[in-house]
Amino acid sequence: MSISKESLLHAYRTMKTIREFEERVHAEIMNGQIPGFTHLYTGQEANAVGVCAHLDESDTIISTHRGHGHCIAKGADVSGMMKELFGSSEGLCKGKGGSMHVADIDKGILGANGIVAGGPPISVGSALAAKIRKNGKVAVSFSGDGSVNQGTCFEAMNMAVVLQVPAVFVIENNYYSEHTHIDYAVGCNDLKARTEAFGFPVFVADGADFFAVHEAAGKAIAHARAGNGPAGVFAEQGRYHGHFVGDPQSYRGEGELEDLRENHDPLKVFRQHMATSGDLSEAELDAIDAEVMAEIEHSVVDAKAAARPTPDQVTADVYIQYGATA
Amino acid sequence: MPEKTMRDAINEALHQAMEQDDSVFVIGEDVAGCNGSAGDVGSVGGVFGVTSGIYNRWPDRCVDTPISESAIVGAAAGAALVGMRPVAEIMFADFIGVCMDQIVNQMAKFRYMFGGKSRCPAVIRFSAGGGFSAAGQHSQAMYQVMTSFPGLKVVVPSNAYDAKGLLLTAIQDDDPVLFFEPKVLYQETAEVPDEMYTIPFGQANFVREGDDVTVVAFGQMVPKAAAAIDALAAEGISCDLIDPRTTSPLDEAAILESIGATGRLVVVDEAPPRCGLTADIAGLAADKAFSSLKGPIKQVCAPHSPTPFSPELEAAYLPDADKITAAIKATLA
Repeated sequence: MSISKESLLHAYRTMKTIREFEERVHAEIMNGQIPGFTHLYTGQEANAVGVCAHLDESDTIISTHRGHGHCIAKGADVSGMMKELFGSSEGLCKGKGGSMHVADIDKGILGANGIVAGGPPISVGSALAAKIRKNGKVAVSFSGDGSVNQGTCFEAMNMAVVLQVPAVFVIENNYYSEHTHIDYAVGCNDLKARTEAFGFPVFVADGADFFAVHEAAGKAIAHARAGNGPAGVFAEQGRYHGHFVGDPQSYRGEGELEDLRENHDPLKVFRQHMATSGDLSEAELDAIDAEVMAEIEHSVVDAKAAARPTPDQVTADVYIQYGATA
Repeated sequence: MPEKTMRDAINEALHQAMEQDDSVFVIGEDVAGCNGSAGDVGSVGGVFGVTSGIYNRWPDRCVDTPISESAIVGAAAGAALVGMRPVAEIMFADFIGVCMDQIVNQMAKFRYMFGGKSRCPAVIRFSAGGGFSAAGQHSQAMYQVMTSFPGLKVVVPSNAYDAKGLLLTAIQDDDPVLFFEPKVLYQETAEVPDEMYTIPFGQANFVREGDDVTVVAFGQMVPKAAAAIDALAAEGISCDLIDPRTTSPLDEAAILESIGATGRLVVVDEAPPRCGLTADIAGLAADKAFSSLKGPIKQVCAPHSPTPFSPELEAAYLPDADKITAAIKATLA
């Protein structure tokens, strides 16, 4: 599949944005600047960007607790996200959601989600709406290798097949559900086959390679968009950080993280592709790096200066309207 | 005005809402029925027949599902987030135990967690409550539990007229609404207009008006309380009977106003006592109407026990007119 130069520039910029966003968030958490529980997507950038490259604003995604990357890839405002993580009332969710609940409905982002496998049933609902309206939209849910062991994920996959809705299930295997390896937690030894047994095709990709994910996701999304029912994407790629920031990662093997960063880095792999194909020059990529670094720095400066919420906002936005409706 | 059962009144509301707005659809187990079988698809219309006839008119908007309560509620929540107005059916309120995350962690909290930038106009309907000898997993009220979650609106109709008007309000409402239908009332009739009408949330109904005691009752307890109060008239005792109709929002003003006039309060619900609606209303009165009270508040509810199966046991378990009568008299003693 040929990808336009503009799309290549956008893909690299988005992956780099996710990387620098996450690394800076990590630093700010370690400095005590960001409260709460945060789960970083660093290392898995190619998955989010390779999938979302096929979506427009009115297609929907629903994400996970590790959701920053998906939201950035789907077009969430980076500055608004950073403010949200800092708990500002100027944040994307007015400081009400934080890291685990970043959302932007207008951009088709139905939210990161603090409940593992909370998202797939909701995504099936978005897909059902697309089917009823016959509008050609697709609904993508991201799940990890932990999420796929939840009953809600099974229910959603089966119901998507039964109802023949345009739902795409993206399974990101980062090998660990919290502190437990997939070899223990997935009882069968073939997650792709188990997923396909629900009755839809699953396309496999190397999650370190944007081009592989882009191709697999393209097939899955085209399948769903054409009215053939749900489809899946299965991508393997480890995360560079712990389950949450502060996780001691006692489950890692010796040299595992070094190998991931050295040999399975989506940004390096992308640059290697560009060096081979010549589609983008090193200078073009370096320029993006510099621009992204400046954007992230700017977003942090803005977030630190942004307005803080006031106690009167605690009970705002629970309902659209509450009380007697005479 | 025509007499209709509560089942038919709800069914009529669904038909009229579907006709008026093509973003409305129903989804649930056997809401059409017989899919994939030798039978006629659409011939079931839900186990209680409440969605009868909808598939035949709108097959694309009458969605039969597998037995997957989490996926049903999730699908309703997701469709509502992108602008549809789903009306999902969960066969028995007890099955909230299966899909609670999708209700309380997902749909209830979207708007708040997303900074007020989303709408989730989903309605989830449940058959609820005891009286069918349906035992511990098919008899619970559950609305008292769900009332505690901010972000949800909770409706409990006590008659066919209210059921139709409240359901039409629920479907038009832009927040998620849980709609609990006391299943022993499905066959009970009331005068129900043919045309569409709505009943506002948070506005209690004064079912009876009197001077001596304020009685607040919910759902299927409302007709039982009315029977008790009507019989007490012969003894010269008159009561306000307040049916809040929605437990969230709650019409606190109506309850407090009545207590201010009578000085006595009886609260009746079919659920067990702990952290329930009777304690909730008693707490409201103690907090905001203490100086009006002439004596102790009486709570009439089920004991702290699961719902039993045997008819004799269930009759002993559920509040009835005699227990309500005794409570009213106790406040006057």
